[in-house]
Amino acid sequence: MQTPAPFEYERATSVDGAIASLERLGPEARVIAGGHSLLPMMKLRLAQPEHLIDINDLHELAYIREEGAMIRIGALTRHVDLLKSDLLAKHFPLFRDAEQVIADPVVRNRGTIGGSLCQADAAEDLSAVCSAAKAHVMIRGSGGEREVDMADFHVGPYMTAVGAGELLTEVRLPLFSGAGSAHEKVERRAGDWAIAAASAGVWIEGGKLRQVGIALSAVGLTTIHLTRAEDLLRGQAPSEELFAQAREIAADDCSPSADGRGPVDYKRHLAGVLTERALRRATERALRREATA
Amino acid sequence: MNVTITLNGGQVSHDVEPRRLLVHYIREDAGLTGTHWGCDTSNCGACVVLMDGKPVKSCTILAAMCEGHEIRTVESLETDGKLDPVQEGFYEKHALQCGFCTPGMLMTARALLDENPDPTEAEIRTAISGGICRCTGYKNIVAAVRWAAEHQEAAHGHR
Repeated sequence: MQTPAPFEYERATSVDGAIASLERLGPEARVIAGGHSLLPMMKLRLAQPEHLIDINDLHELAYIREEGAMIRIGALTRHVDLLKSDLLAKHFPLFRDAEQVIADPVVRNRGTIGGSLCQADAAEDLSAVCSAAKAHVMIRGSGGEREVDMADFHVGPYMTAVGAGELLTEVRLPLFSGAGSAHEKVERRAGDWAIAAASAGVWIEGGKLRQVGIALSAVGLTTIHLTRAEDLLRGQAPSEELFAQAREIAADDCSPSADGRGPVDYKRHLAGVLTERALRRATERALRREATA
Repeated sequence: MNVTITLNGGQVSHDVEPRRLLVHYIREDAGLTGTHWGCDTSNCGACVVLMDGKPVKSCTILAAMCEGHEIRTVESLETDGKLDPVQEGFYEKHALQCGFCTPGMLMTARALLDENPDPTEAEIRTAISGGICRCTGYKNIVAAVRWAAEHQEAAHGHR
């Protein structure tokens, strides 16, 4: 039987209360939401928190809404709601692409966006999705709230910018015209980790790529932000030649390890192909939206 | 700590460690062994129960997290001696061999039909993709769920 090591449990009744508990209990306290990453790690003793603070009652953190030229997603929003959201699918279709292939439908009833991001597992999809969508996250502590760009969110494997006594509360997706996005993933079977996945966001204005976001899952120790490819594409007119160059950069700039899911050269090849496909589909979507707008 | 949950419509209350997983609370504390405990890693789906009407994997939820919530297990499907249509469907379509995955499959199917009474084969396959049948009897499981969809009012109770 796999059972976590003993811990103390408390249920937060407010965001401020959860933050106060985190501050009081120190680094051995962890927040639990869906628990579908944390509990398996606790069973394996890869995580051994002394206190768990359950935030599942903080319904004020479960929402997806358009407000102030951005989509705001509460940290406790579950995968199933991200999958079903027409608002999100309209503005950022890469979320629906990803949510269809994250874990399985039963797990998606529990797992949350905040938990996924804070887990910062390099093989997890939403970190790449949010990076490609140029998201910002709101992190709250007792001293107030701060906004962190996804580009600065991952500080190492399983490590994020969320500090001691802080709680990730919201994901913000700024809305700009000409947006298109896509997420491409290859996995062996439902619920398995990705062999590789690529997320792309493009913002097209006057026939040129005004902004580009590209990130990879499962092919390095952290989510890989393909900044070199983003810099190459920005300001140019989208073309198959450019996407092929991005494919090569993706294969070069990732750092996969060989495991049961495949050897390094295969994963590099896959990272490149998926990057190219994601860029192509994101661009098609941006142009189609423009045509129907 | 004391954990009180609504289990199959009745209140149950037990003193357990905070680390008690829901699956063990159901099987060992509440004594309902219909829910199966399988892989322990939220992969196999044998332990699926309904939490507030939605299927969840009870090996990856703490019992303490369920305080104040409604949990339904496979034991709740039969009412007044009448089988649920999904149970009838599994009988009619021979949808179990060893039976280990069956309680999770039944609860997943029940939740699917509650939300979508007329699912396509593809929708059924997606819904049960979080369950593993190592006898690989998926074809008959899909047929059984379709049977249940077509006989929602059936619940013959002749078995």
